[in-house]
Amino acid sequence: MATRSQIDPAFLDNDGKPLFHLGEEPHHPEGSSTALGFWIYLMSDCLIFACLFATYAVLGGNYAAGPGPRDLFDLNLVALNTAMLLFSSITYGFAMLAMEKNRVGATQGWLAITGLFGLAFLSIELYEFAHLIHEGATPQRSGFLSAFFALVGTHGLHVSFGIIWLVTLMVQVGKKGLIAANQRRLMCLSMFWHFLDVIWIGVFTFVYLMGMLR
Amino acid sequence: MSPHPASENSGIWKLIFGRLDWSSLPLHEPIVVGTFLMVALGGAVVLGLVTKYRLWGTLWHDWFTTVDHKRIGIMYMILGLIMFLRGFADAIMMRLQQAMAFNGSEGYLNAHHYDQIFTAHGVIMIFFVAMPMITGIMNYIVPLQIGARDVSFPFLNNFSFWMTTAGAVIVMMSLFVGEFARTGWLAYPPLSGIAYSPGVGVDYYIWGLQIAGIGTLLSGVNLVATIVKMRAPGMTMMKLPIFTWTSLCANVLIVAAFPVLTAVLALLSLDRYVGTAFFTNDMGGNPMMYVNLIWIWGHPEVYILILPLFGVFSEVTSTFSSKRLFGYSSMVYATIVIALLSYLVWLHHFFTMGSGASVNSFFGITTMVISIPTGAKLFNWLFTMYRGRIRYELPMMWTVAFMLTFTVGGMTGVLLAVPPADFVLHNSLFLIAHFHNVIIGGVLFGLFAAINYWWPKAFGFRLETTWGKRSFWLWVVGFWVAFMPLYVLGLMGVTRRMRVFDDPSLQIWFQIAALGAVMIAAGIACMFIQFAVSIKNRAALRDTTGDPWDGRTLEWATSSPPPDYNFAFTPVIHDGDAWADMKKRGYQRPLIGYAAIHMPSNTGTGVIIAGLSVAFSVGMIWYMWWLAGLSFLAILAVAIGHTFNYKRDFTIPKDVVERIEGERSTLLAAKG
Amino acid sequence: MSAHDHDTHAGTHGTMGSYMIGFGLSLLLTAIPFWLVMDKTFANPQVTAFIIMGFAVVQIVVHMIYFLHMNTRSEGGWSMMALIFTLVLVVITLSGSMWVMYHLNANMMPHMEHDMSQMP
Repeated sequence: MATRSQIDPAFLDNDGKPLFHLGEEPHHPEGSSTALGFWIYLMSDCLIFACLFATYAVLGGNYAAGPGPRDLFDLNLVALNTAMLLFSSITYGFAMLAMEKNRVGATQGWLAITGLFGLAFLSIELYEFAHLIHEGATPQRSGFLSAFFALVGTHGLHVSFGIIWLVTLMVQVGKKGLIAANQRRLMCLSMFWHFLDVIWIGVFTFVYLMGMLR
Repeated sequence: MSPHPASENSGIWKLIFGRLDWSSLPLHEPIVVGTFLMVALGGAVVLGLVTKYRLWGTLWHDWFTTVDHKRIGIMYMILGLIMFLRGFADAIMMRLQQAMAFNGSEGYLNAHHYDQIFTAHGVIMIFFVAMPMITGIMNYIVPLQIGARDVSFPFLNNFSFWMTTAGAVIVMMSLFVGEFARTGWLAYPPLSGIAYSPGVGVDYYIWGLQIAGIGTLLSGVNLVATIVKMRAPGMTMMKLPIFTWTSLCANVLIVAAFPVLTAVLALLSLDRYVGTAFFTNDMGGNPMMYVNLIWIWGHPEVYILILPLFGVFSEVTSTFSSKRLFGYSSMVYATIVIALLSYLVWLHHFFTMGSGASVNSFFGITTMVISIPTGAKLFNWLFTMYRGRIRYELPMMWTVAFMLTFTVGGMTGVLLAVPPADFVLHNSLFLIAHFHNVIIGGVLFGLFAAINYWWPKAFGFRLETTWGKRSFWLWVVGFWVAFMPLYVLGLMGVTRRMRVFDDPSLQIWFQIAALGAVMIAAGIACMFIQFAVSIKNRAALRDTTGDPWDGRTLEWATSSPPPDYNFAFTPVIHDGDAWADMKKRGYQRPLIGYAAIHMPSNTGTGVIIAGLSVAFSVGMIWYMWWLAGLSFLAILAVAIGHTFNYKRDFTIPKDVVERIEGERSTLLAAKG
Repeated sequence: MSAHDHDTHAGTHGTMGSYMIGFGLSLLLTAIPFWLVMDKTFANPQVTAFIIMGFAVVQIVVHMIYFLHMNTRSEGGWSMMALIFTLVLVVITLSGSMWVMYHLNANMMPHMEHDMSQMP
C-alpha cells in the first residue's frame, strides 16, 4: 500500500518530517459548500421530474375514450409560453452579470423583469389549464390528463416557488445590498431558474410537440 | 365490518373538525386504550421529572435547537430506540396472534387491528428505526472521521432531524386518533386508493412518510456535501475511512432514491384527494405503475440501510484485528458497484406481476450479480481477521454474528432472485424470513456493533460487557429460533400477513417462532439494562484517553466525548488509517498555540417548522382544510423569516479552547 | 484538495457574450422543432419525433453549458459527476419503467389489443 502512505510534500516540515497540523488553520469559508449542496438538491428534484415523465410516458396514451393531445393542445400558446420562460432565463443572466459588476440597481431591475416574465408564464399556463378544465378535460378525466396535469403542474409549482423566492431575494438585496451571502443566494436561484428551463425543454418536446404527432 | 363509520359531522363542525369526531377514537379497542393509558402515564412521569429537575431550559437550548452534529446524532439514536420499542411491540403481538390462531381460535386481535399492526411494524422499523439510527451514526461519526468541525449545513441538519421526528409523531398519533393504514408497508393501490381505504389510515401513512422523507432527503444532501467538501487536508478520496465511504454511497442513494418515493406518494395522494386516475382500475389508470415506481425507490432503500453498516463492520473488523483493512480499494469499488447495481434490480420485487420471461430474466441476473461485490466484501473481512490479533469485544462479537447470519440471508436472497423459484416463494413466509435475515442480521446487528463501538466516544465511558453479552446471545439465538421456522413455513407455502390458520400441523412452527420472539424481547431488555448499568457505573468504565479500542481512524484522535469544535487543530492526513499512522509516527498532541474557533449558532426554526408540518399533516389527514392552509402559510412565513437572519455563527474564544484542551491534557497526564 | 479551493465561484459565471450565444442557440433550437411540428414538414411523424428529440437533447446541453455553466472543473468535477450520475438514473427510470410497463400491459391485458386509449 505504498501509494496510500506517500506524503504530499506540502505536508512536510522543514526537516522533512510529516506535519500533523498546518500552521494556518485551513478554513471552509461560510457557504463554500452551498453551490454543490444546492446542485445535489437540484439533481434529486430532477429525479422527481423523471418519475413524472415516466408516469406520463406510461399513462399518456390512456385517454379513457376522452380527448387526446391533438384535441386539446394549442401550440401557439405553448410557443408563447416557452418564449416567456426563455426570455426570463436571459434576463436572469443579465441580473447575474449586473451582480458581478456590483450594480445593485441594475440587478434589481433585471430580477424584476425576470419575475414579470415568470408571472407571464404562469398566467398563460393557468389560462391553458382553465381552458382545458372548462372543456371537460379535467385531471380526473383520464390517466393521460392526470399525468399531464401532474407533470406540467409540478413544473408550474416550481416556477411559483421560484417567484416567491425571487421576491424575497429582492427584498434582501434591497436591505443588505449585494453582500456575499446574497450573492450566493442569487446564484442558487439562478441555478434553480435555469434548471426549470431545462425541465421545460423536456415538457414542450415530449408532452406538447410529440403529443401533436400522435 | 368497519368500526369507523363515516364521520357524522355536519355544518360548522365539519368545517372545523373535518372528519374527526368522537367515533375516531378507538375506545372500543381495549388493547389500544390500555397502551394509551400506559403511554400517557409514562409521558406524564417524564414531563414531571423534566419539570422537577428544571431541565426544560437545557433541553431546549442544548438539545432541541442544537446544530451540533454530535448532539443531533444522539437525538437520532434516541428517536430510533424509542420507535424500535413500538415496532417490536407490534412484532411480538403478531407472533403471539399467529401462534394462537389455530383450531378455530380467532386469536386475540381482530382483523382491523391486526392489519394495522403488520403495516405499522414494517413502516416503523424501516422509516423510523433503521433510517434514524443509521442517520444518527453517520451524523455523529462522519464529521469526526474526516476531521471536520461540523457538517456542511448545520441548520439543515437540525431541521432534518425534526422533520424525521415529525413523521414519527404523525405515525404514532394514528395509534390513538383514528387508525393506521391496513395495506401493508408499501400501500399498494388499488387497496390503498380511496375506494377501498376510505379512512384516515392511508393518509396518516402518506403524510408521515412525506414529512419524514423531506428530512431524510435533506440530511442526505447535507452529508454528501460534507464528505465532498469538508475533508481535512491530505484526505484524498482513497484515504477516506471506509465507513465514510460507505456513508457517502448510502447518502448518494438517498438523494437519488427518495425523490422517487416523494413523487409516487404525491401521485397516490392526488388519487385519494382530488380523484385523479394514476393508479385506479378505471379511467386509464394503472396500479402496476405504482408498484413499479415505489420499488425503484424501494430497492435502493435496502442498500441505503445496509451500506453504512458494511462500513461499520469494516471499521470494527480492522480495529479489533489490529490490522489494516484487507483490500481497502476493492472494498471501495465493491461499495460503488453495489450502489449502482441497486438501481437495476427493482423488478425482482414483482417477478410474479407478469412482465414476462425477458424482463424477469434481466432483473434476475442483475440481482444475482449483486452478490458478487457483496461476497468480495465478506472475503475482505475474513482476510482482515486472518492472522490478526483478534480481540473479541462486543462490537467484534456482533460482527462475527453478522457474517454468519447475513451470509445465510444473502444465499436465500439469491434463491429468491431466480424467477421460477420466486413464483413459488413470492409473498410467502420464506420471503419474510429472508429479509429479516438480512435486515436483522445486517442492519440491526451492525447498529448494535456500532453502538457498542462508538458509545465510549460519544459519552466518555464504555458499555458494560456482562449484560452486553447476555443481550448478544439472547438476540442471536432468538433470531435463529424466531426466523428459521418461517423459512420452513414459507417452503410449505404459508403466505405472509395471515391472521388465522386452518392447518393445525403448522402451529408448532409458529409457536417456536413466538418463543424466538420472546428471546429477542429478553435480549432487548438486557440491552436497556446494559445501558442503565453502564450509566450507573460510568466512573468505573470511564475512558480518559479518547481511544479505548486502540482505534485507527480520526474520531479516536480527539477526546471522549469530543469538544463542541471536535478538533482544536484541524489534523493533516497522510494515510488511510490516519490515527494509526499518527500513533505510529509518534504524534505529539500540541499543547500551545490555540486559536478562537468559529462555530454555527443554535436555532429553533427547525423545531417550529417541524411542529407546523405536523399541524399541516393533521389538517390534511382529517380534512380540516383551514388548519392545513394556515399551517402551510405559516411554514412559508417561518422559512422565509429564517432567511432574514444573517447572523448565524459565533466564536468560541481562545481562552475557552485553552481551558477545554487544558483539562484534557490533565486527564491524559494523570493516565500516564 | 477540499480545504484549498477557496475560489468556489471562479470560472462558474458567464459573460455577456456567452449568455447571448446561449440565448440565440436556444431560441433557434426551440423555434425549429415547433416549426417542424406546426408546419408538418415531414409526412412521417416518427421522423419528426426523432428529430425534435435530437433538438431537445442539444438544447439541454446548450442550457447546461451557457446558463448553468457546467464544466468538468467546477467543484473539482463533483457537480459534473453528480449530473452524469443523475442522467444515468433518469435514463434507467424512464426507459426501465417504459420497458417494464409495456411488457406488463402486453402480458396482463391481452384482450385489450393494447389500445388503452379507448378504455374507460
